[in-house]
Amino acid sequence: MRTVPLPVAYMPLVDAAPLIVAHELGFDEAEGVSLDLRAAPSWSSLRDMLSFGHVDAAHMLSPVPIAMALGLGGMATPLSAVSVLSVNGNVIGVGAALEHRLRDDGFPFNMADARAAGAALARVADGPLVFGVPFPFSMHVELLRYWVAGTELAGTPVEIRTVPPPLMAQALAAGEIDAFCVGEPWGSVAVEDKVGALLLPCRAIWSFAPEKVLAVRTEWADTESHVLGGLMRAVWRAGRWLSSPESRTTAAEMLSRKSYLNVPPEVIDRALTGEFTVSATGEQRKVDGFVEFFESAASFPWRSQAKWIARQLADRNGLDPAQAAQAAAGVFRSDLYRRELQSVGAELPGASEKLEGAILQPTEVASTHGSLILSQNLFFDRRIFDPTG
Amino acid sequence: MTSPLTVVVVEQDRDRAIAIVDALKESGEIEVIVIGSTSGLARKIAAHSPDIVLIDIDNPSRDMLEELTMASGPMDRPVAMFVSGAAGGLARAAVEAGVSAYVVDGLQPERIKPVMDTAIARFHVLRQMRTELAETQRALQERKVIDRAKGLLMKARGVDEEEAYAILRKAAMNQNRRVADVAEALVTASGLLS
Repeated sequence: MRTVPLPVAYMPLVDAAPLIVAHELGFDEAEGVSLDLRAAPSWSSLRDMLSFGHVDAAHMLSPVPIAMALGLGGMATPLSAVSVLSVNGNVIGVGAALEHRLRDDGFPFNMADARAAGAALARVADGPLVFGVPFPFSMHVELLRYWVAGTELAGTPVEIRTVPPPLMAQALAAGEIDAFCVGEPWGSVAVEDKVGALLLPCRAIWSFAPEKVLAVRTEWADTESHVLGGLMRAVWRAGRWLSSPESRTTAAEMLSRKSYLNVPPEVIDRALTGEFTVSATGEQRKVDGFVEFFESAASFPWRSQAKWIARQLADRNGLDPAQAAQAAAGVFRSDLYRRELQSVGAELPGASEKLEGAILQPTEVASTHGSLILSQNLFFDRRIFDPTG
Repeated sequence: MTSPLTVVVVEQDRDRAIAIVDALKESGEIEVIVIGSTSGLARKIAAHSPDIVLIDIDNPSRDMLEELTMASGPMDRPVAMFVSGAAGGLARAAVEAGVSAYVVDGLQPERIKPVMDTAIARFHVLRQMRTELAETQRALQERKVIDRAKGLLMKARGVDEEEAYAILRKAAMNQNRRVADVAEALVTASGLLS
């Protein structure tokens, strides 16, 4: 069978796994496309590669296409997020100085309670806290700000600075930043480099946060719908494969290759299994659901997720929240997801919006097969986001 | 009378930086500042309040510049990614040549163009040189590994150089691998055994 070559950009991160697996296991060729995966040197370059047509699809921070639709950040090519590539997957960590003060304060480094972690950090901070994040438009920034605003940290001056993830450990060691919020494996790399300790997984702030999306140019989605469908189905199959516990060892080996992440498989495995080494002394902590590629309709692009992101961006940048929500809802293409993934038997929820932060325990909801179970979806402060409000 | 443009070039490699600065200075009356170290990049750039910032598209620190594009950023004059409007074609050429440009909002296209034309040409040449250099280094490295593997085979099996290479080539063909890869595996394995 002839396959259509398809250039796709990604950043070397654990959550690029669905694209890497789709290619390595041949899910792409089975769907008639051949992924030509290209590692991008930075998020801005990745965005430009997609906008200027050097690639046709990309592994993208979920707030980036939304920010672009709201006219923030300079680039304006209309993009569509056709599926969510991963839910959760980031960690917050602190440098050695803060780690020592937290220990002296009796903090257990249990990777669990966002409120307690915020209170402890506020107690030991003796000046402004500088956090490193990978990009100004990212869930890292949104979750960090949401956490700071809702805990005792609200009274502490916090500065957020962009630091490329591979340089995060170096910036910590040099004292340019006090703490960080970054996607795996870079938090674990900082622990391995003995420059910091992990404080929280971001899922402790929002337990079902859309982290990366599969983004394409909207115009390309319209003209190349056949190729788009193949890409989406291949990535969906890769996500299903990744969700099986038996796949983890193989996945970690695959991602660790020099041409992809070039990080030891043992370090990558931590994100996939949720079994973390949180400090240089080797303390182990388990985080359930650290990163999710498939279960609970993880890849479904809920318009309410887009609206939550838009609300944060609008509030901070002085935009009209209703207009921003409407623009953002058009970026998360639940319509294309339904159209292209019905044939493979993907669970399609009855609605395309839901209350965010309102699922206390796994809950069954209406879907095409009547059996979709949505897992916990809570903000640490128990606030509920109503997308219609 | 307009004041000369201030251009900041973010480049760690000294020789590359000099090549870019020389080219830019020839394109008109321009003040060029080079920033080599990328720590605290956004603040360093803001301190010079440049009209244009040029950075290699492959530089991972480029994301630090994105902070400058936000209205609430630390600069008085917002900086925009150089992408849209009449200069659209130029922006595409820039990306293809491997340079990304950030331009202060409201700067007239006719003032940007000569600078960008020069930058694009210069980055294009530098990119070609870099690719060639990387290729040459890789070829040299592989030659060295193959020579070592040949030496090992000659000693271990008492064959001459020609035959040692034939053994490597045969193994590579049988395993559908490159001669350099087989040679590297042999060198690694023998290092472990000795």
